[in-house]
Amino acid sequence: MAMTWVWSGMVIISLLFGVLTGTLDAVASAALEGAESAIELSLSMAGILCLWSGVMEIMHVCGLSQKLANLFHPILRRLLPEASRDPETLAAVSANVSANLLGLGNAATPLGIQAARRMAQGCGGVASNELCLLVVLNTASIQLLPATVASLRSASGCRTPFDILPSVWLASILSVAAGLVAAKLLSLRDRRRT
Amino acid sequence: MNFSSLIIPVLLAGMALYGMGKKVDVYGALTHGAEEGLSVLLRIIPSLVGLLTAVSMFRASGALEWLAALCAPVLDWLGIPSELLPLMLIRPVSGSGALAVASDLMTTYGPDSYVGRVASVMLGSTETTFYTIAVYFGSAGIHRTRHTVPAALTADIAGFLASALAVRLFFGV
Repeated sequence: MAMTWVWSGMVIISLLFGVLTGTLDAVASAALEGAESAIELSLSMAGILCLWSGVMEIMHVCGLSQKLANLFHPILRRLLPEASRDPETLAAVSANVSANLLGLGNAATPLGIQAARRMAQGCGGVASNELCLLVVLNTASIQLLPATVASLRSASGCRTPFDILPSVWLASILSVAAGLVAAKLLSLRDRRRT
Repeated sequence: MNFSSLIIPVLLAGMALYGMGKKVDVYGALTHGAEEGLSVLLRIIPSLVGLLTAVSMFRASGALEWLAALCAPVLDWLGIPSELLPLMLIRPVSGSGALAVASDLMTTYGPDSYVGRVASVMLGSTETTFYTIAVYFGSAGIHRTRHTVPAALTADIAGFLASALAVRLFFGV
């Protein structure tokens, strides 16, 4: 629904601005060019997107995801102490985190949902602090190789599409840290109020 | 030769060797994954068509410049070019929409411009926050999300600021 508002709003505002500022001709041709460029763009990013999805699948099949998951047990145990008491929840969260790192969004979401459902049991529809933390972690990106962005960059003529990696890593770390700190602080405030 | 041109060949060869060592059907996994990539692409094409149409109308009408000029002083102070405002507004709501806006920015300003780089980093370091929250809490049957939304948006804003900062740090301005 949100996108209905965004899309309709943009189209209506464009029409109003077009009429008011006399750019209606440009608006009309821009609409058609926009649709055309969407297909050009998808075609030019298809190759890289498929290649990286393939590489990620190899990592998954040869057990590298599981290795990554084991790597995260110690951190997650500290981050989500209550959820970690249940081995199955811990396993799901670890797998969720490692799939996120590999950029396997399709694999990460069902695993995360599985963990979230276990963590939500018996809480009467109110999110626990740890569940909030898990969701915040999933709304922040911790992807090691942002394949879609790279394919987008090379589609628009960039010869070194992965040169942004260090910047992406730094920005991701700062963003995740900010989210976790905010979640912790806000949960402390909640506790004081009740 | 630089670090980033080493990553791709080394990763591809490393994966192949490691997979073969584990007696895994490397090529089968590769093609299976590529098929999945194609289905991801198929799913984003319809929204790309919708959003690129709207975004390019919005630009052509002059509404975008007006909105950007309105927010420019604040963004300027934070070191973020006001051209990136539409991307930051759409990022938490729609992943494919953000992809469309970022691709538009990269074609207009070039992928290796300051704007193009910050757009790439913003896209790579944040997620579709509201979609994720809806999916997770929806399936877990949670009605009271408590502090999730403010905390998740804090992460997004921090990510946007850090993107501009990181690009300046690693590439200079």
